[in-house]
Amino acid sequence: MSKSPLSIQRLVAVFLAGVLLLDYPLLPLFNGAGTWFGIPSLYAYLFLAWAILVALIAAAVRHRGPP
Amino acid sequence: MAKKILIADDEANIVASLEFLMRQKGYEVRVAGDGAQALAMVAEFAPDLLLLDVMMPQLSGYDVCQRIRALPDGQRTRIIMLSAKGREAEVSKGLAVGADAYVTKPFSTQDLVARVAQLLGE
Amino acid sequence: MLSDRVVIPAALAYLGALFALAYYADRRADRGRSLIANPYIYALSLGVYATAWTFYGSVGRAAANGVGFLPIYLGPTLMMALWWMVMRKIIRISKAHRITSLADFVSSRYGKSALLAGLVTVIAVVGVIPYIALQLKAVSTSYTILVRYPEIAMPAQAAATPIAADTAFWVALVLAAFSILFGTRHLDASERHEGLVAAIALESIVKLVAFLAVGAFVTYGIFDGMGDIFGRAAASARLAPLLAPLAVTGAYSSWAWLMLLSALAIMFLPRQFQVAVVENVDEDHLRKAVWLFPLYMLAINVFVVPIAFGGVLHFGADAVDPDTFVLTLPMARQQPALALLVFIGGLSAATGMVIVETIALSTMVCNDLVMPVLLRLRPLRLAERADLSRLLLAIRRGAIVAVILLGYLYFRLAGDAYALVAIGLISFAAVAQFAPAVLGGIYWKGATRRGALAGLAAGFAVWLYTLLLPSFAKSGWLAGGFLRDGPWGVALLRPHEFLGLTGLDEITHAMLWSMIANVGAYVAVSVLTRPGVAEQAQAARFVDIFRHGSEGLAAHLWKGSASLPELNALLARFLGPARAAAAVAEFAQRRGLSAPAQLAADADFVHFAETALAGAIGGASARIMVAATVNEESLSADEVRAILDEASQLIAYSHQLERKSSELEAATAELRAANARLQELDRMKDDFVSTVTHELRTPLTSIRAFSEILHDNPDLDAAERARFLAIVIKESERLTRLINQVLDLAKLDSGRAEWTVAELDLKEVIDEAISATSQLFRDRNVALDTHFDGNAPRVHADRDRLMQVIINLLSNAVKFVAADSGRVVVALTAGAGELRVSVADNGPGIPVGDQATIFEKFRQAGDTMTAKPHGTGLGLPISRQIIEHFGGRLWVENEAGGGAKFVFALPAGRPADAAA
Repeated sequence: MSKSPLSIQRLVAVFLAGVLLLDYPLLPLFNGAGTWFGIPSLYAYLFLAWAILVALIAAAVRHRGPP
Repeated sequence: MAKKILIADDEANIVASLEFLMRQKGYEVRVAGDGAQALAMVAEFAPDLLLLDVMMPQLSGYDVCQRIRALPDGQRTRIIMLSAKGREAEVSKGLAVGADAYVTKPFSTQDLVARVAQLLGE
Repeated sequence: MLSDRVVIPAALAYLGALFALAYYADRRADRGRSLIANPYIYALSLGVYATAWTFYGSVGRAAANGVGFLPIYLGPTLMMALWWMVMRKIIRISKAHRITSLADFVSSRYGKSALLAGLVTVIAVVGVIPYIALQLKAVSTSYTILVRYPEIAMPAQAAATPIAADTAFWVALVLAAFSILFGTRHLDASERHEGLVAAIALESIVKLVAFLAVGAFVTYGIFDGMGDIFGRAAASARLAPLLAPLAVTGAYSSWAWLMLLSALAIMFLPRQFQVAVVENVDEDHLRKAVWLFPLYMLAINVFVVPIAFGGVLHFGADAVDPDTFVLTLPMARQQPALALLVFIGGLSAATGMVIVETIALSTMVCNDLVMPVLLRLRPLRLAERADLSRLLLAIRRGAIVAVILLGYLYFRLAGDAYALVAIGLISFAAVAQFAPAVLGGIYWKGATRRGALAGLAAGFAVWLYTLLLPSFAKSGWLAGGFLRDGPWGVALLRPHEFLGLTGLDEITHAMLWSMIANVGAYVAVSVLTRPGVAEQAQAARFVDIFRHGSEGLAAHLWKGSASLPELNALLARFLGPARAAAAVAEFAQRRGLSAPAQLAADADFVHFAETALAGAIGGASARIMVAATVNEESLSADEVRAILDEASQLIAYSHQLERKSSELEAATAELRAANARLQELDRMKDDFVSTVTHELRTPLTSIRAFSEILHDNPDLDAAERARFLAIVIKESERLTRLINQVLDLAKLDSGRAEWTVAELDLKEVIDEAISATSQLFRDRNVALDTHFDGNAPRVHADRDRLMQVIINLLSNAVKFVAADSGRVVVALTAGAGELRVSVADNGPGIPVGDQATIFEKFRQAGDTMTAKPHGTGLGLPISRQIIEHFGGRLWVENEAGGGAKFVFALPAGRPADAAA
């Protein structure tokens, strides 16, 4: 099979982490919680989490599985 | 004039026995303790026959034989190789590098003496 | 300064430049030097996701509710994590089946159902029309505002203007013309448009640059950075609540539903399917695209909130439509060049979307809606026309114009009632209806055609009722009471509060109900119905795409007879004669035949013809055409099941075989290694025997020679006789010693040696060994010193064996030092958990290179070929074996001042294996 089970497991893990980072249980913690460097915490947090997520996806697919 | 024989071996006791046997037959005998010495003495002593052990320090019997045969008058000396190594391959190697005979240790003294005489044309 | 005389030529010049790029890329592709065959272009082309809705509408939504626009981009980002699995599978399937549209995909999966293809097409067209309307609205609005520069005025209601004076109408016509140019200049069997993709990628760059430019201008030109904007927003009564916008009831459920909605849209919008699947050159491009594309979205969204808040702060509340802030802010600050750039950026976003979307839709309309009907209309006798490729092109061009005009119509009817974002979400919700049928179709073999039909129909109906009709109602096209009181005044049927479900925004409400209806009907009907014969085959080919290649199985599933000339004629009719001939020739070559004439009209060829045809007219139509051309025997359901079972058994077998053969390979490698080891051991044994023989013969030679001399010379004098006899005796002893050691070593090697282990004092053993060798020392006049550590513990070992080791070391030492000046030191020291005994001498020492080999059998320092051993060459190997038997180590090191030092260390107390 041409799938690399390892990188697929990583990607699913990234997906689940993303759902957690960008949804209900975590978001209220930052809603109206002051500012970070002059930027409202919710905005700063969302863009930061977004960037981290992109980096995680990039890291997860970079590994080439066995052909 | 007595024929000249050079014995090259590093086992003192074997040398002693060979020396006794050769002197008994009236040959003029010299002894070399290793390969390098043997080469030097071939040039200086010009033996008619060389009893050459294969396993010697510094220079093996094969090397000594090869170098003697490479000398300008290297064909003059008869060479009998003596070795405790008696395998087919070693015998052929000895003959290939130019020995006239290859005698396996332990040897029969009578046979060896007869072989020496034969090679010296007596 | 920015009159229509500047703006229109600029816009047309930009579109012309795009077309030139597309034309160039097409030419390059024809010459085999593809411009788009790299992951960066692929990722940029996915950026067609960002339309005028992103470009203008995100700011509008941000001005209304802060972060509310972000789920539209966060959802796709999350989906990217799964694309390597899901999208790669869809791409693989589509390539194998020559699938050219979403409708084709769904219909192919469920037994090439023409009905299903038609339904998907209708949903796609109806669903996407509002979205196209949105682009027309954005372009015409931005144009109308821009040409009034420097004045800033909101355009009048569209419905009030006559059509001929309506900018949006002319925009629609221009876009239709360009779509036709980009997408339907010629018919391509693979439906791939390299030039289009190149142009789309460039548009993605243009709109990003334009948006970043205006973002930077607003944030750092008008205001003093982000901190300044947010600081002022916090002080503004209008904006302060938006800094923590999620406190509103239902905000989190809207948030989650929007993420889900957009995560599905990124896969199932017709234009996204077009660029991601149909235009994909290499599925490995996904590897980069899955992180480059979300990075693109992140970049284009960074300045959305600053622009929105900046606009509100600058213009005050409600004077200017927030959807136009991107354009009106530079205008208000007298930046005509930047405003024009923004307009071009917005035009990029809108044209990219409209062109790709209408091309994708036109393929569907043509292949899955119009052709199946035309082919079945007997009076047209279409199936017998010689070359249909021109007709196909004409249908597609007509479809493009029709779709764009429908978009314009929607814009006239409903466009004014909604902000941009709301319109876009209506379309998202429509295409989300494809998700169950597609995703279920590639992972669940049990899903049936009827299930897919039921699910799609139910979901679409709910969407129509809860989103599309209300959008008409809001614009006054339907009676207002429909929304407020429900149809016929039945409150439970109110479209935005269906069955009394309140508290949700209209999109969340519609998604909830439509997904319940869709998934529910899909699963329930699939479970209740049995799949047809063709469906089972297609289900297996889709779900197991990574296991079956693609070809073999399909050919197995066909039985019948066909004629080669008829099939060739069929291909020529739809592909055009030249391309049909080329395709057949390529197929013949792939099968190893030199000429197409050698082909047989077998199952493989029929399958090839159908697949090639599918590329041009879609799977469902291709099925109809092929079925009409060949004589097919229908397979019974049992036969299909048997073939599929056989195929999956074959796959299982081949997997087993693969595993077995790799196991075999591993075993072979192990055997080879073992064999090499054995050969090496054998060689070592040979060498050992040969060396032993040599060592035995040397003393034997002296013994025999002197025995014969003594025998043959009875008259030797007494002194000489005694000397010769002494030699014989000495050599006999040497021989005995050698034989004993060889036997000893053999015993140690084979583990048959006997050990008598007792607790003993090493000091005593050393003393005894010294006295046993004292004669040797006296003979050569060598000095011997001892240094004993006073409180050395006792050890568990074999007394005689240890003695043997020490005697061996002592006799070696005395042999190698110079007579008279030689000196040997024996020391016993107690260290951490071990006892050390060392025997050091002042002899020549041992070269570092030889320090390991001297412990091998018959190896001594120096060249082994020429060096005569001083002893048997077995003493050290035996000693080492003995020491190691007691868990210790024996090694040699050179003394600083020359000389060798042999050391052995024994563990103090009882070592674990001492009893062995």
